[in-house]
Amino acid sequence: MAKTHVSTCINGQDAEFLCSPEQTLLEVLRDTLHLTGTKEGCATGDCGACSVLLDGTLVCACLMLAAEAEGHDVTTIEGIASGNDLHPLQQKFLDHAALQCGVCTPGFIVASKALLDEDPDPDEESIRYWLAGNLCRCTGYDKIVRAVQDAAAELRS
Amino acid sequence: MTDAAQFKYVGTRPVRPDGVDKVTGRAAFGADFTLPGMLHGLILRSPHAHARIKSVDLSAALEIDGVFAAISSADFPEVTDSGDMGGEGGGSIKDLSDNCMARGKALYHGHAVAAVAATSLAKARQALAAIKVDYEALAPVMDLDAALAGDAPLLNEEMMTQGLAEPATKPSNIASRMVMGRGDVAKGFEEADVVLEETYRTPTVHQGYIEPHACLATVNEGGQSTIWCCTQGAFEVRSYSAAVCGMSIGSIRVIPSEIGGGFGGKTTVYLEPVALMLSKTAGRPVKMTMSREEVFRATGPASAARSTIKIGAKRDGTITAMSARIHYEAGAYPGGPVPMGCMSVFSAYNVPNLAMEGFDVLVNKPKVAAYRAPGAPQAMFASECIITELAKALAIDPIELRLKNAADEGDAAPYGPTWGPIGLKACLEAAKAHPNYQTALQEGQGRGLAVGFWFNIGFQSSAEVHVNEDGTVTVIEGNPDIGGSRASMAIMAAEELGIPYENIRVQIADTENAGYTMVTGGSRTTFATGMAVVEAARDVIGQAKARVAKLWQVDADMVEWRDGQALPKPGMNVEQEPMSFAEIAAKTAPSGPLLGKASLNARGAGPGFSVNFCDVEVDRRTGKVDVLKFTAIQDAGRAIHPGYVEGQLQGGAVQGIGWALNEEYVYDADGVQQNAGFLDYRVPVASDLPMIDTVIIEVPNDAHPYGVRGVGETPIVAPLAATANAVAEATGVRIRTLPLSPPNVLAALDAA
Ligand code: FES
Ligand code: FES
Repeated sequence: MAKTHVSTCINGQDAEFLCSPEQTLLEVLRDTLHLTGTKEGCATGDCGACSVLLDGTLVCACLMLAAEAEGHDVTTIEGIASGNDLHPLQQKFLDHAALQCGVCTPGFIVASKALLDEDPDPDEESIRYWLAGNLCRCTGYDKIVRAVQDAAAELRS
Repeated sequence: MTDAAQFKYVGTRPVRPDGVDKVTGRAAFGADFTLPGMLHGLILRSPHAHARIKSVDLSAALEIDGVFAAISSADFPEVTDSGDMGGEGGGSIKDLSDNCMARGKALYHGHAVAAVAATSLAKARQALAAIKVDYEALAPVMDLDAALAGDAPLLNEEMMTQGLAEPATKPSNIASRMVMGRGDVAKGFEEADVVLEETYRTPTVHQGYIEPHACLATVNEGGQSTIWCCTQGAFEVRSYSAAVCGMSIGSIRVIPSEIGGGFGGKTTVYLEPVALMLSKTAGRPVKMTMSREEVFRATGPASAARSTIKIGAKRDGTITAMSARIHYEAGAYPGGPVPMGCMSVFSAYNVPNLAMEGFDVLVNKPKVAAYRAPGAPQAMFASECIITELAKALAIDPIELRLKNAADEGDAAPYGPTWGPIGLKACLEAAKAHPNYQTALQEGQGRGLAVGFWFNIGFQSSAEVHVNEDGTVTVIEGNPDIGGSRASMAIMAAEELGIPYENIRVQIADTENAGYTMVTGGSRTTFATGMAVVEAARDVIGQAKARVAKLWQVDADMVEWRDGQALPKPGMNVEQEPMSFAEIAAKTAPSGPLLGKASLNARGAGPGFSVNFCDVEVDRRTGKVDVLKFTAIQDAGRAIHPGYVEGQLQGGAVQGIGWALNEEYVYDADGVQQNAGFLDYRVPVASDLPMIDTVIIEVPNDAHPYGVRGVGETPIVAPLAATANAVAEATGVRIRTLPLSPPNVLAALDAA
């Protein structure tokens, strides 16, 4: 089957790839571009492990065709830190022990960044509802919510 | 036992050594490995819940261009070893083999029947479609009642129940029965003023780890194999795969990836032997990853159970007798958590007369796997509900009733041994005193409390402590880090060695670079492997001191170790400057590198008790239960890294809440699971929950150098009954069947 040529910008760098029409953005990120930080937990849009930002908007990479990324900006977990400096969300997840196995963590950090970009001062309920599309089976969410609150406070200061 | 205040690192909350890689996406999990020339493997799964496999024809699949291998059970050696797999899961090696690739019969919808490896997933899918399987569909047996019925179809026509009072005369779906107990329950019930007897049910649930099973296997022409996979136990993957594939243990190297959750469900193998056989046939590396649907249909789950509990007590609350009759679903092959259930069900109470009877029952569902404290949540859901029902019948406060009968140091555990120091009473007292237990409830709300328990295990572990040229240290061990255990190892090593935590790196090595280490499971890692790390650290300190003594030309006992340095003992009349690891390593290089090691069989794992209580609100119009507040209290022995101990308490609480309120496998009449995805199998999400408050009790375990008990499993035990007890308080209606999902609660409220 003929492959489609796609030009995008991924984590601030121009990126081009070939994909077949049925391939999802998640498959291309992981298998073609080797950006394996974005995880697959379900491939049906139910777990949020594949969260990425498309022009700043939170999307599930497993629900988007790779070809649809043409001309758009994609941010993955690999693009959240700047140079050698962790993003405050990354640092606060570490400080609060907000990860156990860590497989959900990339998705939570990307999703939380989308939240804080939109609302710098979310209350606990807003955080819990915003992150309701991200499943974590290890932590019970308590420390994740606290890490996001703490990161929000730091970003505001 | 030293006091916590004397510790420099134990009890602190440093960032975990593997943390940065896990927040930046660098950490490599099971599906993140690739090799040049790699093929993609897929499994053909049974469309029937119960069927005889009359033939499997792979020929058309093999003709497809790009398909390198197609295999079925005929390509695996016939395993006859009926020996136990060991570990927390239970079951025999033969059944493990048949579970990986069905032989003769498919025993659940989703059971593996054949497998292919091809150059792309699309080609592999095409190959699966070309395989012809001739099935004779049989009636499925989907729950305990159906399995126990006199005329039930049999999963295994030759299975005679083990452990009956009289030997079985005809086959049945009951694999085994066990009985335990003490005293005289009949007499105990006679002495009671109040006797209650009730039956409780829990559904089939899944461990629900977010990372699906994944592996990459390669077999070379010389018969040497390497497997990369996400597992709780690389050494178990090695021995199980060797047994299933008829290979020697020494020919297989297993490299554990980072692991995205397991909770017991990654203590066995599904894909690894299949990937090995595909790779051997194809002569190329083969990668296999499960879809979420496959995870639900063909891995785990945890046993559904039915428990009938009888309890008798005097007016003053003294419990005189308890009996339990518990049936566990084993799934397709024997090995439900029956012994653990019988041993744990009454573990919290010191009662003279006890009788426990347990049954392991086959049904046409996937063979169950361990799930956090396997067997205990089901059994203690029943016993912890009936204790609260008894408290109500006697008009005694539920904490007071539990305190009056609580097990304590010196009492005999129901399964034999005498309790050492245990924290049950301390947890109950902490609950009583907790501010969350004092708050007033509103109309429509209820508070429930329950006790949890798990044995915890020790067993075999190894560790090495390498001193690098500059005095930094590498710790090598073999337990996949599923929840921050590298941090605990580094903390214990820092404490022993007296060097900064940041100077220690902890490496989880593969099966050829770490000494044998049993699975990350049984809450054993920080206890048993922690003990090995401490011993290895002490070993290297001993060597360093001996070398310094030689340099200083004094006896070894004249050198002491403090704050990461060798010092002359007070009274040693030689003037010497303290020497650090770096200096010792440099000055004594001719004696070889400084390397400490330990291999041990850790004994004396300390049992872990917990008390959970929660407040719920029930919407009487919809039946929806909201958890408003949840408090988890547990004896950790000693919390090496309190942040990760709290995390275990919180994560276990939420899995338990999910089990209590929503989670269950839903099947249709043909035995096909109707909710094999996260949309319909609803695990708790952030917006369902409040913060989970925690209290860590520390009653140190003398068998561990820092008092560790193990904490990972106990947390899931108490939430089931705590939540159900709260719902009973809120509604005035006692529901004894989980889940307490809106339709079930509504039906119970309507019936009342
Ligand atoms: S993998 Fe995309 S939502 Fe689960
Ligand atoms: S930390 Fe394991 S799933 Fe979230």
